[in-house]
Amino acid sequence: MMVLILLVGIFQSWNIALSIFNLCLISAVMTMGANIQWGYAGLINFGIMGYTALGGLAAVLISVDPVQEAWRAGGFDILMALWLIVVMVLVIRFILKRFEKSKIRSYSIAAIIISGILLIRFSAEPGIEAIEAVDPAKTGFLGGFGLPIVFSWIVGALFAGGLAFIVGKVALGLRADYLAIATLLISEIVIAIIKHEDWLTRGVKNVIGLKRPAPYEVDLQTTDWFINLVEKFNSGKLSVIENLADRQAALNQLVIEGSSVFVKLCYSGLFLVVVIILLILTQKALYSPWGRMMRAIRDNEEAANAMGKNVVKQHLLIFILGSAIVGIAGAMLVTQDGLFTPGSYRPMRYTFLIWVMVIVGGSGNNFGAILGGFVVWFLWIEAAPISLFLINFFTAGIPETNALKAHLIESVPYFRFLLMGLGLLFIMRYRPKGILPEKIEIK
Amino acid sequence: MDFVNAIILLLNYIFIPALTYGSQLALGAIFVTLIYGILRFANFATGDMMSFGTMATILFTWYFQSLGVSLGVLPTALLAIPFGIIFMIFYMLLIDKFVFKYYRHQKSPPVQFAMVSIGVMFVTQAVVRIIIGPADRRFFDGEKFIIKAREFKEMTGLNEGLALKSTQVITIFVTIVLVSLLFWFLNRTKTGKSMKAYSDNEDLALLSGIDPKKIVLVTWVIAGILATIGGALYGLDKSFKPFTYFNNMLPIFAAAIVGGIGNPFGAFLGGYVIAFSEILLTYAYKKFFMYILPVSMEPEGLVQLLSTDYKFAVSFSILVIVLLYRPSGIFKGKVL
Repeated sequence: MMVLILLVGIFQSWNIALSIFNLCLISAVMTMGANIQWGYAGLINFGIMGYTALGGLAAVLISVDPVQEAWRAGGFDILMALWLIVVMVLVIRFILKRFEKSKIRSYSIAAIIISGILLIRFSAEPGIEAIEAVDPAKTGFLGGFGLPIVFSWIVGALFAGGLAFIVGKVALGLRADYLAIATLLISEIVIAIIKHEDWLTRGVKNVIGLKRPAPYEVDLQTTDWFINLVEKFNSGKLSVIENLADRQAALNQLVIEGSSVFVKLCYSGLFLVVVIILLILTQKALYSPWGRMMRAIRDNEEAANAMGKNVVKQHLLIFILGSAIVGIAGAMLVTQDGLFTPGSYRPMRYTFLIWVMVIVGGSGNNFGAILGGFVVWFLWIEAAPISLFLINFFTAGIPETNALKAHLIESVPYFRFLLMGLGLLFIMRYRPKGILPEKIEIK
Repeated sequence: MDFVNAIILLLNYIFIPALTYGSQLALGAIFVTLIYGILRFANFATGDMMSFGTMATILFTWYFQSLGVSLGVLPTALLAIPFGIIFMIFYMLLIDKFVFKYYRHQKSPPVQFAMVSIGVMFVTQAVVRIIIGPADRRFFDGEKFIIKAREFKEMTGLNEGLALKSTQVITIFVTIVLVSLLFWFLNRTKTGKSMKAYSDNEDLALLSGIDPKKIVLVTWVIAGILATIGGALYGLDKSFKPFTYFNNMLPIFAAAIVGGIGNPFGAFLGGYVIAFSEILLTYAYKKFFMYILPVSMEPEGLVQLLSTDYKFAVSFSILVIVLLYRPSGIFKGKVL
């Protein structure tokens, strides 16, 4: 796999190779999260998109500087609304605890929820409008806390874990395929909220120019030690050029290229650390008594229950853990891109593709999950060039003006779906346990 | 007079659109429910199969248009639908033979089927986009309106107009005919009854001499008819775009589950439940109240419960509530 990425580096460019590599690492983290749920515990979670987006939201809320004006305009209303939500939840909890289950109780809870939503909507409305009116072209939202963005990786995990707690409480009792549909739809609800609550996320107006944990290219290009470094690396190439002015121009070009590669390398380093930490933790968990218990629950729920294991609680726990890991990946993704675009979260890319990674890599095997993330992401990106090459190869005899050939070349981007689908189908058929199947040592 | 105006307003903006949208969802939901009841898996390729059928219909429509064949006031697509259906059924049987059959013989768990259907979803999506491209396409021709809003106003002298698009009437009419035929088939014919028996208890059905191959074949044929017609009607009424069809899978699933998955009648009504709740909850009632309330009590805001951005979220929330309180759906699922 590394060889393939190196090949891309040599033949296309190091920039592309590194961006593929970084996204491979992020995909690997997502896949590990899904793999914990599916491979360890047999829980199907089609809501990966929702947790990814929440992680991204965390990155925005942590790193963006607070918009003071917006806080002054509508902060109070928003805090009031939050307070109302807390009161509502507490009241419902109180009712659930104090009264027996009955029709009246269900109806009164429904009434409280509906009236609460209406109350919040009408009380927060002026505040929201005031916030969105604050310089809408640039801000128009509350902003965040102005902390370094790396913190958001932890906060993203907390956000995603919190959502998973709610979803798990609601949906985990469902049968496997119902659970899949329910989680898919809940993630769509999450995306709808993120897209349309402009006061919190700027919605489809996107948040751009997030802080970075890595240096900026422009700064690097003027830093002496970096220029010296580039010069040292390329001394062979540069010494060939005789003319001083030409040499300086070539050096400048190299510095510009080198700076973006350097920044990407910084990200790779950070992501690699996360992947390694997660790999160690998940491996430890897999071979611990807890991991054994999870497998026991997965393979035979009733037997595990009879042995005194609390299946419901463990399912909830693993659902939260897996989702939290996906949340980390979501925050990492936004960190790398430096922008948050709620419109770009689509189930195809963030849910189903991740599942292809899990299945192809090998469910229940952490190395398999990482491999799946790498292989599938690499193919997803490189599918278009590969299929273009194949089309040109097979239609070499046909003139360029042929309508069929032109149409095929035009639709090259969609061959990636074909490749993914066929890959998934073949793996499911001939190697149902994935490329690296689950290995359990029995001592 | 104001009262009549208010009624016309509701008819125009809520009732007729919801009925049309609901019919389109209902056809898809019956498709999902049939596959779930008889082949026993949640088909994630639903939306893309519908877009495949629509694509075939569009291609035939273009062909007929190039030949100069048309149905006059009716859209040419109606003529193309039967050919689209044949194409769709052929594609579905092909997929069944090469993909689903193997897992059926292995008696795989439903989850594995669902995963396989995701593979089918990817492939179908690619096929559709490679053949017809991802663009937004309109393939409607013929007379667009049966009643135009302005004509209606002139005719009745009311303030509110009632526009009736021909696609809306076609959708509702075709749905009613198709669904009644389907229920007649399921409840009255021998094959339909054996399908019900198979869905109820597979082993018992096999013992009583029901041929499973035939059941599966008939299921795919019906599924093909439903998918193509449902997709084509949606495309005629709005427009055809592969991505929207993929997204439509979600409210369709919601409709099927709300109605009780495995129960075609439930799915049929579920479609309308989803459509009506989506439109009722996101409609701005300001004008309606302006008509029925005295001037002094006129509302200031839009009187909208939720903004239209949350259209999908409404149906999904309903689904979540149903799953929580009545996982078998409103009309007890799993009896075909």
